[in-house]
Amino acid sequence: MPLDEASRLSGTTNIVFPDVPMLGLDTVWFQVAGSVCNLACTHCFISCSPDNHTHAMMDAAAVEIYLRESESLGVREFYFTGGEPFLNPEMIPILRAALRRGPATVLTNGTLITARRAADLKALSEDSAYSLDIRLSLDGFDAAANDAIRGPGTFVRILEAIGHLAAAGLNPVITVTEACEEAVGSAGRARLLGRLRDLGLDRPRLKVMPLLLLGAEAGRTRAYGKEETLAGTELTEADAASLQCASGRMVTAEGVYVCPILIDFPEARMGSTLAETLRPFPLRHRACHTCHVQGLNCRT
Amino acid sequence: MLPQDPSPSPLPASAFPRELFAGAYRRVAFFGGIYSNYLALDRALDLARSLKVDAVFALGDFGAFGPHPDRAVEILRGNGIVSIQGNYEEALSDAAEDCRCGYVDPRDNHYARLSFDYTAAKTAAPHKAWMGTLPRHLRMTLGDRRVLCCHGSPRRINEFLWASATSDAFLRKLLDDYQTDLLICTHTGLHWSRFLEPASGGSAGDGRPAGNGLLARHGRPARGIINVGALGRPANNGRTDVWFAIVEAGDDGTRIEFVPVAYDHARLAAEMEREGLPPEFRETILTGWWTTCLEILPAKERASGRY
Repeated sequence: MPLDEASRLSGTTNIVFPDVPMLGLDTVWFQVAGSVCNLACTHCFISCSPDNHTHAMMDAAAVEIYLRESESLGVREFYFTGGEPFLNPEMIPILRAALRRGPATVLTNGTLITARRAADLKALSEDSAYSLDIRLSLDGFDAAANDAIRGPGTFVRILEAIGHLAAAGLNPVITVTEACEEAVGSAGRARLLGRLRDLGLDRPRLKVMPLLLLGAEAGRTRAYGKEETLAGTELTEADAASLQCASGRMVTAEGVYVCPILIDFPEARMGSTLAETLRPFPLRHRACHTCHVQGLNCRT
Repeated sequence: MLPQDPSPSPLPASAFPRELFAGAYRRVAFFGGIYSNYLALDRALDLARSLKVDAVFALGDFGAFGPHPDRAVEILRGNGIVSIQGNYEEALSDAAEDCRCGYVDPRDNHYARLSFDYTAAKTAAPHKAWMGTLPRHLRMTLGDRRVLCCHGSPRRINEFLWASATSDAFLRKLLDDYQTDLLICTHTGLHWSRFLEPASGGSAGDGRPAGNGLLARHGRPARGIINVGALGRPANNGRTDVWFAIVEAGDDGTRIEFVPVAYDHARLAAEMEREGLPPEFRETILTGWWTTCLEILPAKERASGRY
């Protein structure tokens, strides 16, 4: 990236940003639904919506090319996100192809998970030696809190999806962002786990994630401030290794990006193939501050 | 005392630091995490002797979870068992603040903290110093197979290599990067094995782990992974047995046997109670089902347990 571009991103000049090394391609993400979503959550860091076509959906043939390449590079696991992955009509065959090669996780809003789809997912899981995880987003303990972020009527639909998955014998990971303030503390966390047990998840799994001040979220709360940057930060080896960009990449229909977070930033596109992205990346973006300081990792 | 290589010599000019070359063998027993379960360790040593192994190696995590951590260490040292560091030995010898187990969930970390604080307080200083002298990896040969032993993975002491979350592609890369044919590890507490590349005359790995106590066999040239499981706590299968592995270079290829160890688990649980260890730990010992440190499990491994 040219220096002036870096300066624009950072709002500073003559500042040194740390590079993150590429330690090995453990995790390959797929922006499998592009930026199209049937919801328009007010905290979405890439502003996905029914009308956002910034990133195109990936078809099974395109995914297959990267699955093969990632296999040759020693990939350990796959993640699928969007937008809403189950808007992709080939999602089940795509997952089947991934699960032949390694464990896979799908990040979904759950609203398209019917009893039939849950049964299909259970069958996929049973057919593979590898784990299939469904990660389902929820943003509050009740409809008022959740629907304010995810849209009217979504709370009920999400609960139905959890019920369908549980009935099929799948145990989704429930993802809650810190927009749900109650889930952050240990008491709120315990309450949410109890609520999930009531819904039929007898061993509930929960992941609480910090928010990224990008996309819709920048309008809902605030954008990153000038001081939120890794300029001048020296990363220890352990710091660097803990960042997801040290061991993962994001595949989109438009090429390979450094991570799942920065796909709206052209400077984060590192190449057309995975192999050509296996190099260090400068942590110039303000969102890098969230990953480093708050320990955000999009993996489960 | 088992016949051991009398003087394992450091691997000269190794590209990989803190490795020990332990010798050439045909039939070897590997002990995974002991977690202070000195009663099971004692029984496992007797079993290994009766099963005529050339040597026994311990792959780290001698403490944690169970009572009286010095007792397991004294059995290992007293029997001259060649051992490597696990994350516990690394943490105890470094005076670290936590066990460096690699958990991310608050509930997992809560129980890890109880376990580590107890073990750190009850482990004698000379044993902690000894732990700091242990190598990180062992290399050896089993017949014509090159073997690398580590605790979690060769690249990270606390990396979990679970059956359902370790792709063949990743495993192949580890074997290539670390120049070995067989990778032998522990850390997860669940035993499993997988062979890569079907070989003529051998039964091929199909990506699924070998079942409990089953003999896995692979014709030459066998490449693959053996996670030897743990002696410290049961394998989350409703059985109170704990497990170790025997790997043998046979005329028909590499053979793996997972050996169940029955021991006086009721006595261990009683001692845990007297030591004030959490009732959840005792439940695991008494029932064979894991009750803690569950959130780190991949979906398949989690689904196969009770909790």
